[in-house]
Amino acid sequence: MSSQLITDNAIVKDEWVTVIPPEAAKEVRKQAGKVVMFKLTGEDSPSEDQINATVLPENGKILLPLKVYLKNKDALKDRLANNEIGIWVDTHEEIESFKSEINDINQFPLIAVRVGKFADGRIFSIGTQLRIKFQYKNDLRAFGDVLRDQLFFLKRTGFNSYLIREDRDPHDALLALNDFSNPYQGAADNSNPAWKRFDRNQQGSD
Amino acid sequence: MYKYDAIDQRLVDERVNQYEGQLSRYLNKELSDEEFRPLRLQNGLYIQRHAPMLRVAIPYGLLSSVQLRKLSLIADKYDRGYGHFSTRQNIQFNWPMLEDTPKILKELALVEMHAIQTSGNCIRNITTDQFSGVTPDEIVDPRYVAEIIRQWSTFHPEFALLPRKFKIAVTGSKKDRAIVQAHDIGLEFFLNQENKRAIKVWVGGGLGRTPILGSVIKEDLAWEHILTYCEAILRVYNLYGRRDNMYKARIKILVKALGIEHFRELVEQEWKFIKDGPNTIDESELKRVASFFTDPPYEKHTQNKINDHLDNKSFKQWLDRCTHSHKNKGYRSVTLSLKANHQAPGDATSEQMRLVADLADEYSFGEVRVSHEQNLILADVQEDNLFDLWEKAKSKNLATPNVGLLTDIVCCPGGDFCSLANAKSIPIAESIQEVFEDMDYLHDIGEIDLNISGCMNACGHHHVGHIGILGVDKDGSEWYQVTLGGNQGNFASIGKVIGPSFSAEEMPAVITKIIGTYTAQRHLDESFIDCVVRIGLEPFKVSVYGAKEVKS
Ligand code: SF4
Repeated sequence: MSSQLITDNAIVKDEWVTVIPPEAAKEVRKQAGKVVMFKLTGEDSPSEDQINATVLPENGKILLPLKVYLKNKDALKDRLANNEIGIWVDTHEEIESFKSEINDINQFPLIAVRVGKFADGRIFSIGTQLRIKFQYKNDLRAFGDVLRDQLFFLKRTGFNSYLIREDRDPHDALLALNDFSNPYQGAADNSNPAWKRFDRNQQGSD
Repeated sequence: MYKYDAIDQRLVDERVNQYEGQLSRYLNKELSDEEFRPLRLQNGLYIQRHAPMLRVAIPYGLLSSVQLRKLSLIADKYDRGYGHFSTRQNIQFNWPMLEDTPKILKELALVEMHAIQTSGNCIRNITTDQFSGVTPDEIVDPRYVAEIIRQWSTFHPEFALLPRKFKIAVTGSKKDRAIVQAHDIGLEFFLNQENKRAIKVWVGGGLGRTPILGSVIKEDLAWEHILTYCEAILRVYNLYGRRDNMYKARIKILVKALGIEHFRELVEQEWKFIKDGPNTIDESELKRVASFFTDPPYEKHTQNKINDHLDNKSFKQWLDRCTHSHKNKGYRSVTLSLKANHQAPGDATSEQMRLVADLADEYSFGEVRVSHEQNLILADVQEDNLFDLWEKAKSKNLATPNVGLLTDIVCCPGGDFCSLANAKSIPIAESIQEVFEDMDYLHDIGEIDLNISGCMNACGHHHVGHIGILGVDKDGSEWYQVTLGGNQGNFASIGKVIGPSFSAEEMPAVITKIIGTYTAQRHLDESFIDCVVRIGLEPFKVSVYGAKEVKS
């Protein structure tokens, strides 16, 4: 089966259609030096125009940009109840600021985070917040520049689903989930640190 | 000292495998340069001017003699017979072959060592006071908490790809020898009003391009919360720190931009959700780790043998400069200077490393420490043995009595090795050391910190040197800017630039004039830095640039 998707330690077919807004008409001017929240620096979420221009597939499971979902919330009610709606965010978006508009985060069977560049580690904090702060329980997916060497960290920060970049072999990436057997610290996948998982006074771990 | 159990060992072994795979994917062109870069950096591997440079972690500067012998072996087998001890208590090898790096890491793993997170945008090696556990002014031994933080930060999944590097320093003494205020997070232990171990937390300090001293974010944090609190700080930084401009990406810029109050608020909001959670340290874990840092079996008897040698002037000089008071009667801590003339500051040959390992076994319970001033320390030496130790150390040029003096120069590798450098730094150090060869004069000048960095990145900590020298590039040639009045420790301050920069040839004369001004103006027993603070920069400027220049 040719699929780039790993979910729960196996390569599986993607049942979801990921909806990406059309490209912005013109390059958003970078606001270098903007002080208040650096999330804003040089980045803009989909603009109003982009959101309006996004076409929603009429059937099946669709993974929507959070803002597109919010815009069409009422029209999508039934499909949401039918487990057909997932949402995704970019790493500079704050789920927190939309929380009031989403009454129950666990009504989504899937939440995804798009990572633009391998080196963008914000995704790890977003995963952690979703699992620990917002108590999100369902599938959590990473997509975008997702490569083998992020996978172990993604798994530990609460992601159970990874869409591997097109030009890379997902079988190869799968191996990385077992890079380390007993990490030291508690994290989203296992909240206990090593000293609570093993009796380290006995030297008999392993 | 901390000993690995099966969990520690397995992690390090698995890391070697992981890295070997990453390197072979890179060599097979399955990984691009850009993709391999963050991976190799997180393993301490730089691509330098001449060859890759491999930086090996020495957690909080603590080494066993066995580990030091392994480092000397690596220096001989894979390098050119020496290593460089850095200002972050690590060691760097300048000449390994890329293909050899997995072999080196395997050798290191055999003695519980690694290169994990010695570079890259992640939490780096935890640093602390080189006299932890033995200094009489200690309030809380910071080593075991440093070890707990080391474990927590190793492969911390959430903080694997931060906006920029992140440095944590810990101190537990009255006198801060770890420069906690110049770190991304600085932790200062104290006993609070209820006589409980507590931590004063500093955040957003750092040198580099924009030197800023840290701000206090938490006055009195109970020790058991240290991991969750650091986690909250790092989460806020990871989410909001700038990623669009690497020169503005350190946490200090974020803290400055938001203001410490707002930053604190964001941290507290995150902390609420994890405070008292599973990463809260419990007494039993603290006890387990602390049990590795108990006192060695000190001898009670002294024969006062040292008295027989006190009229030996060279020995006495060394005793005064290079040995330090110890909490246990009859013992001293010894600093072996890596700042002999004609030796690059912080460099040690494999032969010297082996001798230090032997001395550690013979005189100091098999332990060695690395200071951020780039010297090696034997922490627990009986006074009766000092004379023998001195003679042996002398034989390999490790007993220059200049610790804390002008020629104990802190210096980064600079333009001779580092591809980021604007200018060479080692030859400047050497030319200054040459001018100040006379030990009596050096001792008369007294304590003074001279720090040299080859560029803005400030690996030589020039901002906090009493005299700081910074390599700058002007139209493609190498120049040196001088700062005065920097200071580390509890009264940390950032030095001020005295004026236009100098050529390499001018530097020894500039330093001579600065020192001349000090010796002419000082009050009795007034140290260099106190004198600078009292009389200000003006007299120094006049001596260096002449009265006319300064006015115009
Ligand atoms: S201060 Fe600059 S030249 Fe010196 S080691 Fe650091 S990066 Fe290299």
